[in-house]
Amino acid sequence: MLPVTPTEFTPWSALGGGVLIGLSAVMVMALFGRIAGIVGITAGAATASDRDWRIAFIAGLVAAPLLWWLASGGFPAQTVSARLPEMAVAGLLVGAGTALGSGCTSGHGVCGLARLSGRSLVAVVVFMAFAALTVFVLRHVIGGAA
Amino acid sequence: MRIIFGFLSGLVFGIGLLLSGMANPAKVLNFLDVFGAWDPSLAFVMGGASVTAFVGYRMSWRRHSPALMAEFDVPSATHIDAPLLTGAALFGIGWGIGGFCPGPAWTALPMAAPGTLVFVPAMLIGIFAGRRMK
Repeated sequence: MLPVTPTEFTPWSALGGGVLIGLSAVMVMALFGRIAGIVGITAGAATASDRDWRIAFIAGLVAAPLLWWLASGGFPAQTVSARLPEMAVAGLLVGAGTALGSGCTSGHGVCGLARLSGRSLVAVVVFMAFAALTVFVLRHVIGGAA
Repeated sequence: MRIIFGFLSGLVFGIGLLLSGMANPAKVLNFLDVFGAWDPSLAFVMGGASVTAFVGYRMSWRRHSPALMAEFDVPSATHIDAPLLTGAALFGIGWGIGGFCPGPAWTALPMAAPGTLVFVPAMLIGIFAGRRMK
């Protein structure tokens, strides 16, 4: 996982971005009556009877950086690991785990917590714990980063 | 209408991910690195999003049905079972390795980092496999 890219503490943009994510979740509930869980929307885009808005939602997600670029002339800062086998394993685990566990950071995290779902709270605690443990092992046990 | 508003909802979600830093794996991994380069920003994303949704959901549910569909379809399961726990654990490990969860991975796609271009197809294969495991 080395090298570690330092990042700044940005509470205001994080809060503003979070409010927009919550607003989108409210739009999906008020308009379509559904949970804005990205894995559920993605899986349903292939098989569900209401595919139309799901495919359009994903198109909107993918279009967001293009709108950002039109408005500001560049993409936001982003650092993705260049280790491709690692990213392939990560993608498989994220896809399989969220499909098996019926939700991801949005479905269980944002929408589940907003519904006060105990099942979602358990899922959030478990995936946060395993994610933090994984980073700890990769950076501080195997990687030896400071 | 469903397509237009579906697209707009996704666009708002994606802009939120970009503004918040969720679509930057470096920021996500530093959020998870509590005993290292800890950046607590993303706690504000989860807080802002779930409080907004908590209030907005209750306003939405005052209506008899959603605007563009026949009825609300909200998960009703309450049991804590093995697929939930196993799935959440596998997801956590993958999130900790790559720094991407599903929404940010989609949004990061047009920025075309090689890691993203590998992650997204692998995620789609994983979703297909995970649904068959259930």
